[in-house]
Amino acid sequence: MRVALVGNPNCGKTTLFNALTGANQYVGNWPGVTVEKKSGKLKADKDVEVIDLPGIYSLSPYTLEEVIARDFLVKEDPDAILNIIDGTNLERNLYLTTQLLEMGIPVVVAVNMMDVVRKRGDQINITALEEKLSAPVVEISALKNEGIDQIVNCLKSIPQTVGIEAMPYSREVEDAITEIIERLQGSLEYAYTDLKELKEGEVNNVPEHLLRFYAIKLLEKDEKIRESLKNPPKVEDIVERIEKKYDDDTESVITNERYTWISSIMPEVRSLNDVNALTTSDKIDRVVTNRFLALPIFAVVMFLVYYISVSTVGTFATDWANDGVFGDGWFLGSGGDEYAEVVEEFDEASENIAAFDEAAIEEGLDPESDNFLVEAEEAGIIGTYEAFDDETGENELVEVDAATYEESLDIVAPYAGDADAIAAFEMKAEEEGLDPESETFIEDAEEAGIMAEYTKVDEETGEDVTQIVDAAAYEAELEGGAPDPAEYGIWVPGIPVIVEEGLAAIDAADWLTALILDGIIAGVGAVLGFIPQMLVLFLLLAFLESCGYMSRIAFILDRVFRRFGLSGKSFVPILIGTGCGVPGVMASRTIENQNDRRMTVMTTTFIPCGAKLPIIALFAAAVFGGVWWVAPSAYFLGIAAILCTGIILKKTRFFAGDPAPFIMELPAYHMPTVGAVLRSMWERAWSFIKKAGTIILLACILVWFISSYGVVDGVFMAVEDQNDSILAVLGTLICWIFNPLGWGDWQAASAAVTGLIAKENVVGTLGILYNGDAGWYANVQASFTPVVAYSFLAFNLLCAPCFAAMGAIKREMNNRKWFWAAIGYQCGLAWVVALWIFQFAGLATGEATFGVFTIIAAVLAIAFIYLLFRKNKYKGKEGISSVSAES
Amino acid sequence: MKTLREVKPGETVTVTKLTGSGATKRRIMDMGLTKGVSVYVRKVAPLGDPVEVTIRGYELSLRKEDAQMVEVS
Repeated sequence: MRVALVGNPNCGKTTLFNALTGANQYVGNWPGVTVEKKSGKLKADKDVEVIDLPGIYSLSPYTLEEVIARDFLVKEDPDAILNIIDGTNLERNLYLTTQLLEMGIPVVVAVNMMDVVRKRGDQINITALEEKLSAPVVEISALKNEGIDQIVNCLKSIPQTVGIEAMPYSREVEDAITEIIERLQGSLEYAYTDLKELKEGEVNNVPEHLLRFYAIKLLEKDEKIRESLKNPPKVEDIVERIEKKYDDDTESVITNERYTWISSIMPEVRSLNDVNALTTSDKIDRVVTNRFLALPIFAVVMFLVYYISVSTVGTFATDWANDGVFGDGWFLGSGGDEYAEVVEEFDEASENIAAFDEAAIEEGLDPESDNFLVEAEEAGIIGTYEAFDDETGENELVEVDAATYEESLDIVAPYAGDADAIAAFEMKAEEEGLDPESETFIEDAEEAGIMAEYTKVDEETGEDVTQIVDAAAYEAELEGGAPDPAEYGIWVPGIPVIVEEGLAAIDAADWLTALILDGIIAGVGAVLGFIPQMLVLFLLLAFLESCGYMSRIAFILDRVFRRFGLSGKSFVPILIGTGCGVPGVMASRTIENQNDRRMTVMTTTFIPCGAKLPIIALFAAAVFGGVWWVAPSAYFLGIAAILCTGIILKKTRFFAGDPAPFIMELPAYHMPTVGAVLRSMWERAWSFIKKAGTIILLACILVWFISSYGVVDGVFMAVEDQNDSILAVLGTLICWIFNPLGWGDWQAASAAVTGLIAKENVVGTLGILYNGDAGWYANVQASFTPVVAYSFLAFNLLCAPCFAAMGAIKREMNNRKWFWAAIGYQCGLAWVVALWIFQFAGLATGEATFGVFTIIAAVLAIAFIYLLFRKNKYKGKEGISSVSAES
Repeated sequence: MKTLREVKPGETVTVTKLTGSGATKRRIMDMGLTKGVSVYVRKVAPLGDPVEVTIRGYELSLRKEDAQMVEVS
């Protein structure tokens, strides 16, 4: 048995669906569209499948959700309809019921939120409603899990005869319907002339139970239904008759009569306690969307969402995932701070020692000699190195004198390898005829099975103990150590560490280890690392959505955003996008209108995300000498790209027409249940995780492969130096594309490619590829002029985002064409903007010479301005029409 | 003819006619703004548009541009 669950948005449909099916759910999409399709087996009876149809107000042909719902009811012919209605909003909810009753399918009506109705002191006469609708009616409270069993019983014992006369129209309309049914059934008299040769009764294929539905739709001049008929009968004369009689179009006549009938039954069905009493929801709304307070409150809410999901909890969670789970490891509980301090001290000391040793060796001293320290102090050795200062944010020169060196040695000493063990092992090996100085010493020693004994003083007992040192232990002692995190708390090693140990234990080949660690785990880790942050964000969004505030955001901001073809709700994805584009794109799920949603998905990643900040910071510091305007201008560029895209695209065929009519219910505020919020959070995150496991994984492995393999001396191998990699070859091949943008060298092109894994990689790759005698920072400084740097910056900010964000875009577009259109548009716009910057600014500074590309840039600029200011030829046409093009 | 657009917040009016056609008109009517229904204008959004009204016991927001299609008295 299949049951279609139908109801208005915000009537508790999802809660009921969860209560009915529990965990037995399957979530997917309706074919070809981004509308989610959920189905599940009834908890109480696994033979009953419940299909959750999109939340809708009507069965009109104008919105995607409504068309999906009604197509399902017409074509899939479910055994019953479970119509959930909001008891606190009976009139509008019953409007959909009147339409469902015409489908010729048994309907069970569940009146939800009965607890709220009773609390208000209102009454609903269920028996009267049952009688008026000729359908079984059940009182429920999905939130409190009341009445669910009754629904199940009702569905099982459903009467198969249906009162299709449930909602009678006026005499004239009923007559018209009867006439149309006759014509539908095949009186040839009214068929179009070229169909006359068809036999009587073969004219149409409408099943008996749907005749009334089809007839009413034909009367309403519903084009979709008309087209679906093999041989639609002529009904113009009837339509004309009704329209003349009522002085209105038939669609409005029908709608009017439905509401008139509902109004007429209301006195018998419902009695209200006090119409004018202010509900809690009203009181909240008075403050929240208050003329003066609305915007400040909105700003505070958005700040909190951003602060929690991006700045604090989210960053903490993401760092934990990236540096802990997918990094070296993490502390369970406390210990982290103490360990971090010790590590910092250790690292600093190690650097001091290295710098001092280096300086001493240059002066001809030997750090290994016994009286090195005295000699060095006499010679006045000073080691220097550059260190990044967290507080000032600048590189500072650190000087190490002999005294500091000595202190540093003391800090490092406890972690150093056991000299006795090393000496004992080497002595034993020399006895066996091996040379400890040779490069293959450890391997040779291992093969020879060298084992040495030495005595060591046990720290606790103070007694001498004999220790055995083999080749592996020798190697470990030789490398010395670093502070061991396990001594500072409960240390959980990261996945890469565990896997690396595992691979080493089974003697995996080097290439396999590299593939698994650097390709797969690093790639997926880079993507899955976002999950904790996404969970935090989705939790907040789910709360905002289900408590009713999200609709108010749209209400408050609609005026600003609709000018740019966006919804007021687009603000949330864009704001989140400043932290990370992945959850930003996913947050667009809250936008109902398909065009608004697509536009938002396409533009969200223009805003600089956290990972793009290092690129901005690098160029601002290295090339622009740290001027204040570089970072703000990057954000301004992102916002301008979003707004211009909105203006330009909404004038195209694809986003044609006015933004969809903004006729939106503002649902009553209410406290959502923990379960519902968590479920919504998890569903969104899960759909992303699935993507990360497939497409994003493959893409990451591919880029890892091309950047770490290459041909050296005619041999294909893993390369140490990225300069030899396939990526470098690829960079050389594609760098001509970027020539007109001012940065046509292969290094910059390759950096842009690696940015596809994660935008931070752009800086990392520049660091590797520009490495040279002067240091990469200085080389970047020398290679990029301000104009070229800004062109490069603009391109990387606007072009296709990282694979994770692309995965999110693909998920949200749910359509190959739209996905590639979005990526293509982003790359195209990035190229054009970078071209303008280099050609125009470069011409002014004399870096670019006037040439073909200057002309192309000028032409593109004129075209852009034209697109921006041209008249919208689709304006005034129905905004929702783009929906019909697809369904 | 007075339209819903011109109604001040705090006033209650009755719908007399709906002009316009197609999707937007159908949507307005689907949401319950039909002939004879009484509409209470609650407020205007902080930026001046859209408006929020109470009809048939619930809150509905619509743009002034669309409210213009609703004739009231």
